Amino acid sequence: MDKTETDMNEQIDTEEHLESLTQREYKEGFVTDIDADTLPPGLDEDIIRTISTKKEEPEFLLEWRLNAYRNWLKMREPDWPHLHYPKIDFQEISYFSAPKQKKLLDSLDEVDPKLLETYEKLGIPLDEQKALAGVKVAVDAVFDSVSVATTFKETLAEAGVIFCPLSEAVTDYPELVQQYLGSVVPPGDNYYAALNSAVYSEGSFVYVPKGVRCPMELSTYFRINAMNTGQFERTLIIADEDSYVSYLEGCTAPMRDENQLHAAVVELVAMKGAEIKYSTVQNWYPGDENGKGGIYNFVTKRGVCKGEGSKISWTQVETGSAITWKYPSVVLEGDNSVGEFYSVALTGNYQQADTGTKMVHVGKNARSTIISKGISAGHGQNSYRGLVKILKGAENARNYSQCDSLLMGDKCGAHTFPYIEVKNPDAVVEHEATTSKISEDQLFYCRQRGLSEEDAVSMIVNGFCKEVFKELPMEFAVEAQKLLSISLEGAVG
Amino acid sequence: MDSPVGHYYWIRNMLKINNLRASVEGKPILNGLSLEVNAGEVHAVMGPNGSGKSTLANVLAGRDQYEVTSGTVTFKGRELLEVEPEIRAREGLFLAFQYPVEIPGVSNVHMLKAALNAMRTHQGEKELDAVSFLKLIKEKAELVGMKQEFLYRAVNEGFSGGEKKRNEVLQMSLFEPLLSVLDETDSGLDIDALRIVAEGINSLRSPERAMLVVTHYQRLLDYIEPDFVHVLAHGRIIRSGGKELAIELEEHGYGWVEEHACTA
Repeated sequence: MDKTETDMNEQIDTEEHLESLTQREYKEGFVTDIDADTLPPGLDEDIIRTISTKKEEPEFLLEWRLNAYRNWLKMREPDWPHLHYPKIDFQEISYFSAPKQKKLLDSLDEVDPKLLETYEKLGIPLDEQKALAGVKVAVDAVFDSVSVATTFKETLAEAGVIFCPLSEAVTDYPELVQQYLGSVVPPGDNYYAALNSAVYSEGSFVYVPKGVRCPMELSTYFRINAMNTGQFERTLIIADEDSYVSYLEGCTAPMRDENQLHAAVVELVAMKGAEIKYSTVQNWYPGDENGKGGIYNFVTKRGVCKGEGSKISWTQVETGSAITWKYPSVVLEGDNSVGEFYSVALTGNYQQADTGTKMVHVGKNARSTIISKGISAGHGQNSYRGLVKILKGAENARNYSQCDSLLMGDKCGAHTFPYIEVKNPDAVVEHEATTSKISEDQLFYCRQRGLSEEDAVSMIVNGFCKEVFKELPMEFAVEAQKLLSISLEGAVG
Repeated sequence: MDSPVGHYYWIRNMLKINNLRASVEGKPILNGLSLEVNAGEVHAVMGPNGSGKSTLANVLAGRDQYEVTSGTVTFKGRELLEVEPEIRAREGLFLAFQYPVEIPGVSNVHMLKAALNAMRTHQGEKELDAVSFLKLIKEKAELVGMKQEFLYRAVNEGFSGGEKKRNEVLQMSLFEPLLSVLDETDSGLDIDALRIVAEGINSLRSPERAMLVVTHYQRLLDYIEPDFVHVLAHGRIIRSGGKELAIELEEHGYGWVEEHACTA
């Protein structure tokens, strides 16, 4: 087969439609019955000290947490998002839960089989031998407040790449953590970031040394299991000069009638010539068809292109959560740096999303691209909120933003809130926005070709999202398409 | 007839329309149309604008906005009107659209493969894998003179009028439907395109298949020779005949037939 033919085959395969539309519900909604060490609900300085002690943290980190907490107490919950939900009682939440284990684990064999089973059910390969047969992805699996396993650590270590739970990094690489933790998202950045800084319990840490191209995709898989527990993870990725890393993040939670809080922070640092590609498929439990239950997802993600010619690219597919509040951003400090944001956000049933990005141009000749695709179905409310800020010294800045909304039915809503602040006259900032519906003509055309209405909708919506899906690594793109199709079940008619 | 679905059985009575009345947005368009099409036959339905040609095509394909008020239609001997559009398609009824719609982001090959496999599954055949499908679609593309790059572009997006029509004929030759309804497939085609499209259509003519060619102009019939020609006016067939009727029409115009029909 010649090359174009192979490409074409791949194209068909990537686009391949979900043939098994059999799983009609949230299939990740099961609960793992496992003994857990869970702190009582409530938040005060003692709780924070307890978390810090449990994690055997150095003094500087405890102080850092306490500072964040004191900041948080003085802050107000943001009321500007286009989101409606009952006030969260932060004293009702438990801030730490870990599956009980007796000692430190030396190998995967010692992980509780129930946990392994959980990840197997979710399709996450924690067994390196099994993973070897397929595509190599190194996984850090975070279960409630702790990391249960990180795979391919040795292979990565050979390349000099550090990939480990953040708590481990605190012990093993305290200088790196101290230098960078909170350097992109300071503890007092916003209400939820402050809360996260005070109580965060786990997350992933990545360091890619100078000139190293990370030999495999890195992935963290977050799972909320315990009831009435918040998940507050924190991810820190540092790509040193001329390095490259692609990082994937997935997340699921059991179906419960109560809402659960997830407030994460992700910080990315790209040095001169480095590139970080960060992909998310967010599938937290969205609540039921009446809007009962679901995850409140308040996340702060930000990357800084520190060095010249560095690049940070965020790709997110947001299909889960009852509430989504996140704006993965890039601060373009380095000259000639590049920031990208590709997003698909789907809100069905009673889901609400207020999501977008911030591109802050500081250095010269920096370019940023924003492609946002919002899909609203049922009673879903979908808002794009984006800031493009060109500072005075940011000569020759370029931004292109495109925000497309697709409406399905007449009870949902799509909203666009673009903010543009330009302080440098050289800047070229373009913004395009469209709102459309799936037309009767398109549906009928597909049905006349033998496709069911559901498959037709799913195909049309996937087409709408193509510009974003093509940014995802292959396996993730397929996963994202399936997720979208499942989320769209029953959205027609 | 109670024969199994499939392209392998020869079904004489392909389409039987009896006293069909249909309206669009409450306005009656078809006013008692009757027509029989047997396997192996090509029927041309001609008529002026507003005579109900496209309504007929859309009613047969099962489009929602077209409301059937009375009459019956059978396809392969079975009641058609209550059947969902996608089932009609999978049973072998194909509509070549007058205005093929664009579907951004969905590549032509992807949609065609999904469609073909939906039909194959319905007919109890195995789905085609990507490799066999590509081989097949390339052959078909060549047959209708379509450049391969069009296969990988989004469905009809940025296609010219002629390219869109060619894409319809490509699909028809891929699905090999038992009954093809061509809704003004000739409009918007230059003469070269017309010839290639007509060749594609002719290559599908066979004793087990039938075609209903809806057209305003006689010129398509220079290339596709019909067995029967029907003249449609005010929602019913006012005259039927052989291919010579089309030539008469070309010479005298629709007014002549209508007058002729009234006095007859």
